[in-house]
Amino acid sequence: MIMHKSEEILEGLYINIFEKKKKSVTPSYLGITGDNAEVKELLKKGLVVLQGENLKLTKDGEVEARDVVRRHRLAERLLTDVFDMKGAGVHRSACEFEHILHRGIDEQICRLLGHPTTCPHGTNIPEGKCCKEKGIKDTRVISPLSLLRPGEKGKISYIQAGDQAKLQTIMAMGVLPGMEVGLLSNFPSYLFKLGNSQFAVDETIARQVFVRITK
Amino acid sequence: MGEIKKIIIAGNPNVGKSVIFNALTGSYATVSNYPGTTVEVFRGKTKAGGEDFEVVDTPGMYSFVPVTEEERVSRNIILAEKPVLVIHVIDTKNIERMLPFTIQLIEARLPVILVLNIMDEADRLGLKLNIKLLEEQLGIPVVSSIGTMGKGITAIREKITGYAALEASTLKIVYDPAIEKFINDSGLDRLRALLVLQDDTEIINTLKKEKKTVFKELEPKIEKLREKYAQPLSYLIALARQQSATGIVEEAKEKKEKPAGNFTEKLSRLTMNTFSGYILLAAVLYFGLYLFVGKFGAGFLVDLMEKKVFGEWLIPPAAKFIENIFPWKAVQDIFINDYGIVTLGMRYAFAIILPIVGTFFFVFAIIEDTGYLPRLAMLIDRAFKKIGLSGRAVIPLVLGLGCGTMATMVTRTLSTKRERLIATLLLALAIPCSAQLGVIMAILSGLPVILFIWLAVINAVFITAGILSAKILPGEAPSFFMEVPPLRLPKLSNLFMKTYTRMEWYLKEVMPVFLAVSLLMWFADYSGLLKLAIRLSFYPLSVLGLPLSTATVFIMGFFRRDYGAAGLYDMSRIGLLTHNQMLVSVVVMTLFLPCIAQLIMMIKERKLGTAMALTGVVTVIAFGTGFILNLALNIFKIVL
Repeated sequence: MIMHKSEEILEGLYINIFEKKKKSVTPSYLGITGDNAEVKELLKKGLVVLQGENLKLTKDGEVEARDVVRRHRLAERLLTDVFDMKGAGVHRSACEFEHILHRGIDEQICRLLGHPTTCPHGTNIPEGKCCKEKGIKDTRVISPLSLLRPGEKGKISYIQAGDQAKLQTIMAMGVLPGMEVGLLSNFPSYLFKLGNSQFAVDETIARQVFVRITK
Repeated sequence: MGEIKKIIIAGNPNVGKSVIFNALTGSYATVSNYPGTTVEVFRGKTKAGGEDFEVVDTPGMYSFVPVTEEERVSRNIILAEKPVLVIHVIDTKNIERMLPFTIQLIEARLPVILVLNIMDEADRLGLKLNIKLLEEQLGIPVVSSIGTMGKGITAIREKITGYAALEASTLKIVYDPAIEKFINDSGLDRLRALLVLQDDTEIINTLKKEKKTVFKELEPKIEKLREKYAQPLSYLIALARQQSATGIVEEAKEKKEKPAGNFTEKLSRLTMNTFSGYILLAAVLYFGLYLFVGKFGAGFLVDLMEKKVFGEWLIPPAAKFIENIFPWKAVQDIFINDYGIVTLGMRYAFAIILPIVGTFFFVFAIIEDTGYLPRLAMLIDRAFKKIGLSGRAVIPLVLGLGCGTMATMVTRTLSTKRERLIATLLLALAIPCSAQLGVIMAILSGLPVILFIWLAVINAVFITAGILSAKILPGEAPSFFMEVPPLRLPKLSNLFMKTYTRMEWYLKEVMPVFLAVSLLMWFADYSGLLKLAIRLSFYPLSVLGLPLSTATVFIMGFFRRDYGAAGLYDMSRIGLLTHNQMLVSVVVMTLFLPCIAQLIMMIKERKLGTAMALTGVVTVIAFGTGFILNLALNIFKIVL
């Protein structure tokens, strides 16, 4: 078990190295000093190494860090989609939440949320083991349209921001958060009811519309 | 006298804009039951209160930020033409979903009236709206109508009469404070400021050109605003509009609708189930295409027109008449004999092509008006993805079986350039138009083996060309989304009107070409050019194993494929071709260059260079396939 502060360092390293593609990340860049207690702990556990000024993640450290990032972003999803929180509070609470969601629980949450692939800000959520075997043991509260079973209904919770043009189109058709939808069939295309109309979409689009299941 | 006052009809696809346009102007814009019937702008005239107006029917659009080509056209017309009135037509049962567009029109400071159309379907669902309350909330006149029954048209006309007294709506959607601040500080009007925030490339580009400094100042502000929110701005803006629309509708609803679980709904689901859907498709093809168009149109009607009407009633007296007034053979030949206007041009156009095209358009009209096309699109989407198309492309491709020229224009409804290009290629290459199809069926009737091989070859070319172009052409795979309208019972009057209009369009399109080709052939025949052309085509034809006598047919086919096919029909009937030759020539003729009209449409829609490149590809594939086919027949010593 590592400390909260250490987890945040790992998180910071992961985001800067793998997502922002920074060449070098120094402790001062993350707002800490090199001889800080948490850094020492991480060095001791073999999760990070110091190369000159730069902090680097080891193989083990990368796995650990990816997991922290995943938990943080799942927490954000949970707070916005299920607890309906808005604004800046989400990030702060998610920071605390991520430490509670330890392995096993994060998979449960991921299932609950229908295996989301992006956080509310649109950055990717690293994939978990459960995402690969999705749909099998899920007790779902929120699910993408593509994983809804025919006959199930719900309210659109959010639309994953992917391609702007595509987003524009489905929004213009009235596919917007708060609207009620019901899936009618899922093969060969996804057919759903929205208001008094029916729409057919392909899997790519169906995967981007997340629904809070009501029935 | 100023310019004529303009009224623009706008709204979502498939809400009945064209029906209302037709009722107001007395003209006919095609009406069907699928989104995207209207791809061109139609203009007509109407009178209201003693004043003349120009009425503009626009292709449907979902929002003010255009995604497809025809949406762009509609949006620009609304913004550029300064209408005295915009008639926003909606499908009443979906008012909640369509009202955000009304709000956008109001935001654009346009004088709007809202028409609640298709009221009958809303009634059937039990939905009742308080129109007075809607008028108050929106601050614009609201009229209810059932366009197909002519109800509500008088009321619309009354509102048109009172256009001058129309006051600007005071309805204002208040967005998030930061967005509002941006709009107020931007120095742009509310509409343009919002469009810029919604990433409208066209508006941004004009801004970049015309108000460079303004845009330079705005850019960082937009970026900051974007960073402030977790969601894209267009999403927030749309959400705010939707919330306001939902609020207005909730208040105006006197009776809520009940879900319909009736017979039509069950039937509708059957059309979209994989198994029953394909059975239905087979039935449509068999009864509609094979029996009605093939047997009745291409068989019975063509026979009647050709043998009776032309062969016995028209040509002999015409021949006598011509021979009496013109004693010179050369002049006689302009009208009759081998390449005469009457014997060749008119006979091909009226006796062979028209019955086939007419019956096809009739069947197609039924398919369109029931709402079957979007269902077919959803059924076929998965398969179409393999050839780089989305299910939506099924509409131009099926229409291409009627007329490739019309279909090439309809490719506008596809959302990416890549998809439009692939569809255009397939239309030019492997989709025979009804005229060709009918004539080919007539040639091959009674030869089921050849018919089968022909079908297999064309399908193979279609699939291979599709898969290859999907692989070669850069760009993203298309995505598929489509509104599936309810199944509706076609109105007989609309079926006939539509078939008639399309036949008229077709004749206007082909008659000049047919007559010109007749004349050209006559001239070529007398000047010796024809002999030269025939001699030149000796080599390419012999490679295909075809007799020299088919040369004229291919030369005619260059102008119109159906014309060439009709020529083949003539030859096969007098037994000039062996079965092998028949197969090869029919395959080449099917794949060969589209007619001149389609080529012109390709140039118009895809630009000259692309159209020429496509033409080159098509020619190579057509003759290449013919060559390989002939080679295979020879090597395996197959005599059909």
